[in-house]
Amino acid sequence: MSPKRSPRDILVRIRGLKFYRGSRAIFDGVDIDIPRGGVTAIMGPSGTGKTTLLKLIGGQLTPDSGTIEVDGLNVHALSTRDLYRLRMRMGMLFQSGALLTDLSVFENVAYPLREHTRLSASMIRKLVLIKLEAVGLRGAHQLMPSQLSGGMARRVALARAIALDPMMIMYDEPFAGQDPISMGVLIQLVRRLNDAARISSVVVSHDVAEASQIADLIYVISDGRVIESGAPQQLREHGGEWTQQFIRGLPDGPVPFHYPAPDLASDLFGEPA
Amino acid sequence: MEWLAALGRAGLSFSARLGRANLLFVAMLRGLPALLRRPRLLIEQMFAIGVLTVLIIAVSGIFVGMVLGLQGYHILSRFGAEATLGVMVAASLVRELGPVVTALLFAGRAGSAMSAEIGLMKATEQLSGLEMMAVNPEHRVLTPRLIAGIISMPLLAALFSMLGVYGGWFVGVGLLGVDDGTYWAQMQSQIDWNEDVVNGVVKSFVFGVVCTWIAIFQGYDCVPTSEGVSRATTRTVVHSSLAVLGLDFVLTALMFN
Amino acid sequence: MSKMRQLEILVGAFMATGFVALFFLAMNVSNLGAVNSGDSYKVLARFDNIGGLKVKSPVTMAGVEVGRVIDIYYDAQDFRAVAVLGIYSQFDQIPDDTFAKILTAGLLGEQYVGLDPGGSEQVLKDGGEIVLTQSALVLEEVIGQFIFGKAQEGAQ
Repeated sequence: MSPKRSPRDILVRIRGLKFYRGSRAIFDGVDIDIPRGGVTAIMGPSGTGKTTLLKLIGGQLTPDSGTIEVDGLNVHALSTRDLYRLRMRMGMLFQSGALLTDLSVFENVAYPLREHTRLSASMIRKLVLIKLEAVGLRGAHQLMPSQLSGGMARRVALARAIALDPMMIMYDEPFAGQDPISMGVLIQLVRRLNDAARISSVVVSHDVAEASQIADLIYVISDGRVIESGAPQQLREHGGEWTQQFIRGLPDGPVPFHYPAPDLASDLFGEPA
Repeated sequence: MEWLAALGRAGLSFSARLGRANLLFVAMLRGLPALLRRPRLLIEQMFAIGVLTVLIIAVSGIFVGMVLGLQGYHILSRFGAEATLGVMVAASLVRELGPVVTALLFAGRAGSAMSAEIGLMKATEQLSGLEMMAVNPEHRVLTPRLIAGIISMPLLAALFSMLGVYGGWFVGVGLLGVDDGTYWAQMQSQIDWNEDVVNGVVKSFVFGVVCTWIAIFQGYDCVPTSEGVSRATTRTVVHSSLAVLGLDFVLTALMFN
Repeated sequence: MSKMRQLEILVGAFMATGFVALFFLAMNVSNLGAVNSGDSYKVLARFDNIGGLKVKSPVTMAGVEVGRVIDIYYDAQDFRAVAVLGIYSQFDQIPDDTFAKILTAGLLGEQYVGLDPGGSEQVLKDGGEIVLTQSALVLEEVIGQFIFGKAQEGAQ
């Protein structure tokens, strides 16, 4: 396990998180420490509620028990105004980009600036172009979201997420369904933003290869609990059996290939049930 | 006994929906001060909801008025009372057909469009995105639409009634020979400002609140899939229509007894 | 012209059209355009038979509307119907010996109160009463009288 870190180094501290949907426990007592300045990947099989975790951190959902602290602030104890102020310091990249469809690329990126700052129009223009340049889409600033490919939409959404120079960005399945080139672009962007702008990143994904490439720390989650955590290399070589199966993508292991069924011979040749 | 449990569940879920709808309404009203600071949002919605509905309202108004003129003439001429055609056309329109038909057309055209748009924004996580950008989606997206709908409805209903009166005039006076002066004079002496016109406006105002509220809520509360959005638009039209017709009876009984 | 400007102009036109329609309904369709009361003073008139007279029926003089019927009730002491007429304030020179008759407008028409001015120097004031009245014509009585009269003629 990672050495004890001083409180200042931990950007997001989750303790004893429990979240139920109906009677199903999405999270059943989860502790996570997301360090400042690095890329932390949260991985697990589909449907384990990884997106839910990001919504919990952002305050859109409230846990049934447990606490989530971001930069020392208890997210769910904040007043609405303070929560909004905190959100201005967090950027979120949704799976679909979530661009506003009736605004152009430029206006989408300018939106948070116009909303939360009193900068002049020319200042905003410069900032927008700079952010778009960072993701390589400055030339596309006149286009409408409907004219963008999926990968391009995500990059615009990323430019929007960094518009207010947040202290952290949360990525919801950024690699899902991307072609190799867009994938490569995104991977590079995530890493570059993280290091150059000193933004902490939380990446939620089940694309092991890509996430392992950029993550400094990986949390593996399944069935509402943290199975293991550690640096990618460490998990690959010294991880537990379940972690190994997940990371290496082995078809059989602790998660069995065969759905539970009676003995094959009796099924084929025996009496019909 | 299964059906009893199912009935109970349905009752609870209906009650929950009603509760959510009311909470949403209050949340939207809270966005009024913010809306006053951003009139641009209201203007955009007035265009989408009001201006774009004018065409269907105008055409319908003219045709309904013409039919009233035609039917009214045939019925009244049996009693030698063609002179009262103006009153008949105007009273039917101003008291009932103007507010009600406008509301039904509004629900079909503007209401369903609103539900689809909002439902789609929910499905593509745009509402979530706004929340994470520290912008209140109810105040920013929903409140302007609510206010635009409430303002537009009485204006559209008045337009409908006015064009209907002219439609009736065109058929009655222009085609069937009712005296022009009599058409207007009888109407003006019989139709009362307070009792007829103002009551009609109050009705269309109530319909405006109800239809817009239903349209917005259905979109906001829908299941965020394409099937969910489609169901939401259907529900909007059906619920709005039923609500309008039901409220019309209640309001008419209160106003015109 | 920018898109926003176009939008603003169209929305403005829409609102203007709506208000014009409301104004039209007020002036040309309803009775708001006519000389309207606001201020009126009350005058009583008693009738043996009120016929089909209704509240809000017009009160006319020489065919011009000078007021409306405000209330109609039955006086149990008098055994007669009482009509409360609201005469518009500008018509304050009506002699107090004016005749009030219940007339019918046209064959199918509604009933109204027609005032025939008298010659008195005194005028009606708020709370006053028109003493000279003629009740509504009841069709059966008219026919009955006609037949009776004809029978009398025949008998002579």
